[in-house]
Amino acid sequence: MAIDKPYLDIPGTTVFDAAQARRGYWLNQFCMSLMQADNRERFLGNERSYLDEWDMTAAQKQSVLDRDMNAMIALGGNIYFLAKIGATDGKSFQQMAGSMTGMSEDEYRAMMIGGGRSIDGNREVGETS
Amino acid sequence: MSARITASVFTSHVPAIGAALDQGKTEEPYWQPLFAGYELSQEWMRGNIPDAIVLVFNDHATAFSLDMIPTFAIGTASSYAVADEGWGPRPVPEVQGHPDLAAHIAHSVIQQDFDLTIVNRMAVDHGLTVPLSLMFGQPDAWPCPIIPVAVNVVQYPVPSGQRCLDLGKAIRNAIESYDESLDVQVWGTGGMSHQLQGPRAGLINADFDAAFLDTLISDPQCLAAMPHVEYLREAGSESIELVMWLIARGAMGDLAGRPAPSVEHRFYHVPASNTAVGHLILTEPDLENP
Repeated sequence: MAIDKPYLDIPGTTVFDAAQARRGYWLNQFCMSLMQADNRERFLGNERSYLDEWDMTAAQKQSVLDRDMNAMIALGGNIYFLAKIGATDGKSFQQMAGSMTGMSEDEYRAMMIGGGRSIDGNREVGETS
Repeated sequence: MSARITASVFTSHVPAIGAALDQGKTEEPYWQPLFAGYELSQEWMRGNIPDAIVLVFNDHATAFSLDMIPTFAIGTASSYAVADEGWGPRPVPEVQGHPDLAAHIAHSVIQQDFDLTIVNRMAVDHGLTVPLSLMFGQPDAWPCPIIPVAVNVVQYPVPSGQRCLDLGKAIRNAIESYDESLDVQVWGTGGMSHQLQGPRAGLINADFDAAFLDTLISDPQCLAAMPHVEYLREAGSESIELVMWLIARGAMGDLAGRPAPSVEHRFYHVPASNTAVGHLILTEPDLENP
């Protein structure tokens, strides 16, 4: 019997469940390596060759090179691991989160100061507010 | 003579709050309303420093990578280093443990059917140090020992609300069976509504948060039945951290047939970076001086 995943219809959201974690294992472990200063330096010095040391898929490597956070999440990345890439680039959590929304940094920051994204219209795919 | 629980404290643990404190930004207009909400808390803390704090938090891919993911882990070390999360370690004091009480809690709680992982080496990240900063300010040393309880809320599925509430009850039993007169607080951290990923990032649901705080105070047993998907859908994917508040709540005496706790302080503020910040202090009523 399949496992019930009642969260798959939440819009714009990928739940980091055991299957996603398995898919993203090496992507996330690569991120963990960036917690060491010498690894951050080596990565920034030659991103492609550093990524090639890891058993990641071509798509995962490309998503990192592109800093495409939504692609990294889809390919099994988790935000707390991906945040190590952001830290390496000097980005805050707010800049990283905002980069996935299609909004500019200023627009996203203003939305948060205004109380954040409303839940209305954002509960399930196809819902109209 | 035995140890007792005197209070529970609940607070969000947003990393940007730590950065604002460490960089001296607390008086900036963006941050001032948030830190103002903790002034009363710091004053209360100064008069109520316990002999130990059981601090429930989650590691954010710092001490635990995907190599090992313990659902519930207790720290029994004598000290814990402050982690470098990629921005350099926070300039805060090292965290001192309480190995004797921690070992006692581990022993007792495992015998109450919770299969805890025991950790003797763990760097602690913002999940643990930001609550300490919010409650104690910026001292040269933290004023009491800390027993970290780390909960997996990063990889889904996380433990259920009921399981968390029951773990809190087991921690209470453990503390009350410790043969030394100690005052202990249990803290629950994380949340409130927030989502850090995907096109829905930035979600905040103040109505959900208010109802969560109300029910946490008045009917934690009911709150424990709320399914995970409701947190994810209503309050954002990272709001699932709130299950950790049920551990601290479960440790309060009303769940063991004693009177309901008193609400010493309640505070809510949006935003801190991407997140809604919630905070509660609950105290046990009618405690006699030991």
